[in-house]
Amino acid sequence: MKFPYSEKVLDHFKNPRNVGKIENPDGKGLEGSPACGDMVAVYLNVNPETLVIEDIKFESYGCASNIATASIITEMAKGKTLEEAKNISWKQATEELGGLPTVKAHCSVLAVEGLRAAIRDYEEKHGLVSEKETTTEEVVRRRLKHVMNPMAGLDIIRTELVTKIEINEGSVRILIDLPSDHQFASAIKEDILEKIESLWDVEEVKVVFTE
Amino acid sequence: MEDKTAYFDNSASTRLDERVLDAMKPYYFDTYAVATSEFAYSMGIDAKEALEKARSTIADSLNASPGEIVFTSGSTESSNMAIKGVTSALKKKGNHLIVSKIEDFPVLNTAKALEKQGFEVDFIEVDDRGRLNTDQLAETITDETVLVSIQHANQEIGTLQDLESISGICREKGVLLHTDATHSFTRVPIDVQKIPVDLITIASHTIHGPRGVGGLYIRKDTPLNKWMDGGFQEFNLRAGLENIPGAVGFAKAVELVTEEENRQIKALRDHLIERISSEITNVILNGSKEHRSPHNANITFHYVEGESLTLHLDMRGFAVSTGSACFSRSLEASHVILGIGGDHERAHGSLRFTFSRYNTLEETDAIVDAIKEIVAQLREISPLYEKK
Repeated sequence: MKFPYSEKVLDHFKNPRNVGKIENPDGKGLEGSPACGDMVAVYLNVNPETLVIEDIKFESYGCASNIATASIITEMAKGKTLEEAKNISWKQATEELGGLPTVKAHCSVLAVEGLRAAIRDYEEKHGLVSEKETTTEEVVRRRLKHVMNPMAGLDIIRTELVTKIEINEGSVRILIDLPSDHQFASAIKEDILEKIESLWDVEEVKVVFTE
Repeated sequence: MEDKTAYFDNSASTRLDERVLDAMKPYYFDTYAVATSEFAYSMGIDAKEALEKARSTIADSLNASPGEIVFTSGSTESSNMAIKGVTSALKKKGNHLIVSKIEDFPVLNTAKALEKQGFEVDFIEVDDRGRLNTDQLAETITDETVLVSIQHANQEIGTLQDLESISGICREKGVLLHTDATHSFTRVPIDVQKIPVDLITIASHTIHGPRGVGGLYIRKDTPLNKWMDGGFQEFNLRAGLENIPGAVGFAKAVELVTEEENRQIKALRDHLIERISSEITNVILNGSKEHRSPHNANITFHYVEGESLTLHLDMRGFAVSTGSACFSRSLEASHVILGIGGDHERAHGSLRFTFSRYNTLEETDAIVDAIKEIVAQLREISPLYEKK
């Protein structure tokens, strides 16, 4: 049988490592949404003394690239410190898997983002984020790269759905090039709120759709 | 089961029937002349006769006249020929075209291409089962409308349109009707004497005939400009040397489809739907239950992603298709599932099973057993499943 994936991708897809959920994890990250077709959750248990990832598990609602990348990422991150794990790149994960079809890049990036989100969650909860970065347009833009445009399977920044970002004394206003009655308007809005409201200096987020 | 794929993707293509190949062979090795040589030598006459006999057989299956069938290279060409040919011929009458939102790509993308050239196109909605609202169709037709193109059976969810009502409305309003019958031809009969449809796209590859051959039924006196220039073949409507072995094979394939076979295919399909619906939770049958082509089942398995499901099935020797975006190179989810009001999650978890004469009860049971296991396994690792 022939498949569009490497042997290693297929192996991790068929027998994913570290699958499941950690109850009361030290850190947790959730990326993607059912609307865009891929979703991954990463759970961490971290040694508070050494900051080494002692246990890591994932759950995936996704395609082969997504499952295989999440699986290999958990193997790569286990036993590493948070700092080391943070630096695991999508490129390294892909190389470790023996390559992935280019068209499937976004499905696998999500797994890497899931790991980073879980690490960030741990750091925020444990007061490890030393410098509080001021929310700028750049920061918002970076976070919005994690909000998918379900119509394209790519994020809302790359697909130019975001037309304007305004930040004024803790209030963030994001203009989206979609009518408010569009079938994905509420899903996108919800996702944006989740990503931006958690910023420390943001008090209010307004998502404005074009009429 | 391990060394042989159980194939449930017969709307994509079917296995060629050996009897079809046997019928075609002489036209590759013995009678290989082209039909246009009929006045030059006897092999040309034989070739011409074979071509016309094939045309007759296909015309009979629609209760049409042989002069109303043009052979093409397949359904994509047929639909292009119908839509571009009619809109071009009736340019002076108007520039409005109506198609449904869930048409297959040959119709949808031809309509979009015409729209770019300045044509007015209405892509009309269907209900949650994929059926067109005929009142809405009637309201959308204007004095400018020159053609309505509504498929017979949908390529993904198998929903059958009410061609009788649709053609009645078009006839009443004086507008031509084209129907893409690629996924219903011979499975759900159309009698052009009873249903006043003007153009019908038909194909060979969906009924165990050869690929690269199809046809277009063109009701007598339908205005149509040729859109491919060259020789004078096919009533001067379609230039290019005739694919005689293809036409002969197509006709043989049409002859081989029987009512009994359609009943058997439907019984297998119903067995699959019945077992999945009763043995797996959180599933939906997409499309209409009663107005449905007999060989199609399209089912969403919630909380799992279609590409993962199809890949696992492939590893176990089953071939199916999915509406998941991850399955397609364009990363776009099925426009049909979205068109019937489904969300992306529903499209992502949908599987299309299409049956043919070669499917068996044994492999139908085997695929259901495999799906049960794989769906349970994928739901186990899905972050969505337990939350709901």
